[in-house]
Amino acid sequence: MNRYSFWQYLLIAATLVLGLLYTVPNFFGEVPAVQVQPHRAALKADAALMGRVEDILRKGSLAPTGVVLDATSVKARFPDTDAQLKAKDLLQSQLGEDYVVALNLLSNSPRWLAAIGALPMYLGLDLRGGVHFLMQVDMKAAIAKKVEATLNDVRGNLREKRIQYTGIAREGQAIVVRFRDAAMREKGLQEISRTLPDLELKTAEDGSEFRIVATLKPEAQKKTQEFSLQQNITTLRNRINELGVAEPIIQQQGADRVVVQLPGVQDTAKAKDILGRTATLEVRMVDDDATNNPAVIQAALAGQVPFGDELYLERGGAPVLVRRQVVLTGDRINDAQPGFDNQTGEPAVHINLDGTGARIFHQVTRENVGKRMAILLFEKGKGEVVTAPVIRSEIPGGRVQISGRMTTQEAHDVALLLRAGALAAPMEIIEERTVGPSLGAENIRIGFHSTWYGFAAISVYMIVYYALFGVISIVALTANVLFLVALLSMLQATLTLPGMAGIALTIGMAIDANVLINERIREELRNGNTPQAAIHAGYDRAWGTILDSNLTTLIAGVFLFLLGSGPVKGFAVVLCLGILTSQFSAVMVSRAMVNLYYGSRRRLEKVSIGQVWRPQANRGAGA
Amino acid sequence: MEWFRIKRDIPFMRYALIFNVISLVTFLIAVGSLAFRGLNLGVDFTGGTVMEVAYAQAAELGKIRESMARLGFTDASVQNFGTSRDVLIRLPLKQGVSSAKLSEQVMQELRKDDARVEMRRVEFVGPQVGRELLENGALALLFVSLGIVAYLAFRFEWKFGVATIIANLHDTVIIVGCFSIFQWEFSLPVLAAVLAILGYSVNESVVVFDRVREVFRNRRMRSLTVPQIIDHAITATMSRTIITHGCTQLMVCSMLVFGGETLFYFALALTIGILFGIYSSVLVASPIVMWLGVSREDIARPEVQKKPGETGAVV
Repeated sequence: MNRYSFWQYLLIAATLVLGLLYTVPNFFGEVPAVQVQPHRAALKADAALMGRVEDILRKGSLAPTGVVLDATSVKARFPDTDAQLKAKDLLQSQLGEDYVVALNLLSNSPRWLAAIGALPMYLGLDLRGGVHFLMQVDMKAAIAKKVEATLNDVRGNLREKRIQYTGIAREGQAIVVRFRDAAMREKGLQEISRTLPDLELKTAEDGSEFRIVATLKPEAQKKTQEFSLQQNITTLRNRINELGVAEPIIQQQGADRVVVQLPGVQDTAKAKDILGRTATLEVRMVDDDATNNPAVIQAALAGQVPFGDELYLERGGAPVLVRRQVVLTGDRINDAQPGFDNQTGEPAVHINLDGTGARIFHQVTRENVGKRMAILLFEKGKGEVVTAPVIRSEIPGGRVQISGRMTTQEAHDVALLLRAGALAAPMEIIEERTVGPSLGAENIRIGFHSTWYGFAAISVYMIVYYALFGVISIVALTANVLFLVALLSMLQATLTLPGMAGIALTIGMAIDANVLINERIREELRNGNTPQAAIHAGYDRAWGTILDSNLTTLIAGVFLFLLGSGPVKGFAVVLCLGILTSQFSAVMVSRAMVNLYYGSRRRLEKVSIGQVWRPQANRGAGA
Repeated sequence: MEWFRIKRDIPFMRYALIFNVISLVTFLIAVGSLAFRGLNLGVDFTGGTVMEVAYAQAAELGKIRESMARLGFTDASVQNFGTSRDVLIRLPLKQGVSSAKLSEQVMQELRKDDARVEMRRVEFVGPQVGRELLENGALALLFVSLGIVAYLAFRFEWKFGVATIIANLHDTVIIVGCFSIFQWEFSLPVLAAVLAILGYSVNESVVVFDRVREVFRNRRMRSLTVPQIIDHAITATMSRTIITHGCTQLMVCSMLVFGGETLFYFALALTIGILFGIYSSVLVASPIVMWLGVSREDIARPEVQKKPGETGAVV
């Protein structure tokens, strides 16, 4: 009765091997590495880049222990952090600003393990040190900005149609337009509802004054909020790339929050500064005569810039002389999207300007057909010409298309930059958790020690109390830890200190199943059953009970996961997974061992489960 | 080795009233403390800034307090954390002070006295985040309770569900009450421990009730009264209950000793929970089930008729 079929043993053996395979990478430790990643999506991490990195390192006589290429970056490993730091500085200076050069830690596990997807767990910020920010986007400000922009549109439209109004103003989140008479207001109402479908219009009278009160429709508000959040995330991502952080996490949380995690960053002051910085976008005219004159350019490069001009570099590195006078700023851009030119089919960027922006743009393009216009991005007080296209015709309506000599990727990047140049709405840090590297290392030690000593204590106790069945229980418990760590590694879960506490607690709780089984077997033996029957009944009866008790803990774990935040979530994940794996290991794995050892014996007289005490007055149940 | 040499069932139910009076008294003390002293909520829930800094030699707390006062934080709390070289500084939320700049300011000020001071950890929690964490914690408690009642009602019978959850909420209140009485810091990990214990100590009730059901279904034990059956179930599972909890407690003790300050209160909450969990889910839940009038017909009838004698191995 206590036998498993061959395939059952095989299945259990296979899961154990799998568990071992995926657990092993966690024990190889990490080596210092430098990671090189293209700054712009147009540049690819490819064999050429890898060659370049190797070349630079060879010339700097810094011998990496290995250089690998993956989907997004080139990574070079070094024997010590000293070489790593030198290599980072060297690569940064040689590769220039087009690449992000960041310090990283790479798993030291053999390559064939990585090839089958067996990677170590990702260490959380509390274990490796780093910064965690939770930032809240000021949605009221985002809406107010949108309302302000819409107000300009309304004013422009009314003027264009020569609809006379006596006043227009923003009152809170609403735009109020005043008219002298009802007929004019009716005209205005029609015009606004035709041109600006995002507005909800109401009319009101106050004495001799006829008013239109316009508010953003709920769906337009929602769209504005989503747009602001997305734009802020994009902006943050661009800025963090400059910080040279190896594996930053930038995620939306809820409707109006962004989580930023920067592992390994210690200089929080710099991180905060960069996250909070504002970039600005400007449109200016190019001084074509000067730019096309090599002599003037040479002089400008030498420091003699013509009066009224400023010298900037284009993305490709070509110098451009640009007028000081600013035509438009980035505030006037409502949206920028990559796309294609309707006529030529070339990749292009479609920009949507707000009302005022459109009017200015119309006027400037009408007066400057055939000339070049530059779009500049300013960050940290440094400007760069993103693009400088030729104006082919006057452009009314605020819909601007930038095209010519662009790849699809570049169009995408420019659109992104135009959108992401500035934060759409102010952001505030509402939660910060910084952990220094020494504390991180200490936390790993703490977590490991408490788990290990607890495990050892339980092992000693179980083996003394239950003899061979104790040994089997401990092997099953070890299998449970193996499965749990393997599962966490496979999921590439982030291990935190609460997560380690979760592993420890799971061990302490998972032993319950084996205690339950062992006690039941003893009880069956006490009641005079044969050893084989006792083993069978013990496992059989205990199964349902274990399932019940595991499910209740699982309920707690699931809600903890759903409602918990940050570290508590990690704890909950470990708890839930640990319960699931324990149901398998405590029952199946330990049963397999018992079956293998005892199952084949016909005449089993005694099992090694410690002393089974039999009361003199037998059948102690009081029946 | 066999620790539990029990000759006959211990008549727990005879003393049911005593157990429940003890429970009620501890419960009321806990509630009273919560009502009058309240909880010493950690920065996770109140909002504010906590900084841990390390010095090369024993830190001079007086000097650090002076530095804080210079920055305008007269109500800052400065204390040693673990060793005499580690210092924990708590700064309350302040209107108008930019949170982002705060930790930098503090470090600058501290470096004036001792340049070798090292920043180990900064936690800043804004007021809205703290409120949310508290709300979510309460919500999690509610849902876990409801989920467990629903599960037990489905698996056993509503009487078992209600009895279990009363017993376990009583545990929860006592854990939280202890944190209130001793004014230990109630942080996010402690809350997680409380919820984990809620799920864990339900196990005890489940194990006992499983036994109760088994005996109810056993034809040879028809002659037993309900209190006798409960006594038998508790006695039969007692050794398992104590050994299991002993093992879990071994692990928790390990965290208590080796886990440092970070895991200390987490492990402490678990310890209280495990100790009270044994007591309450067995000796509080069972009498309640009895008084709710559980009967053989509630859970046993269909199975007994279907396959009689199947459970005959148990005596």
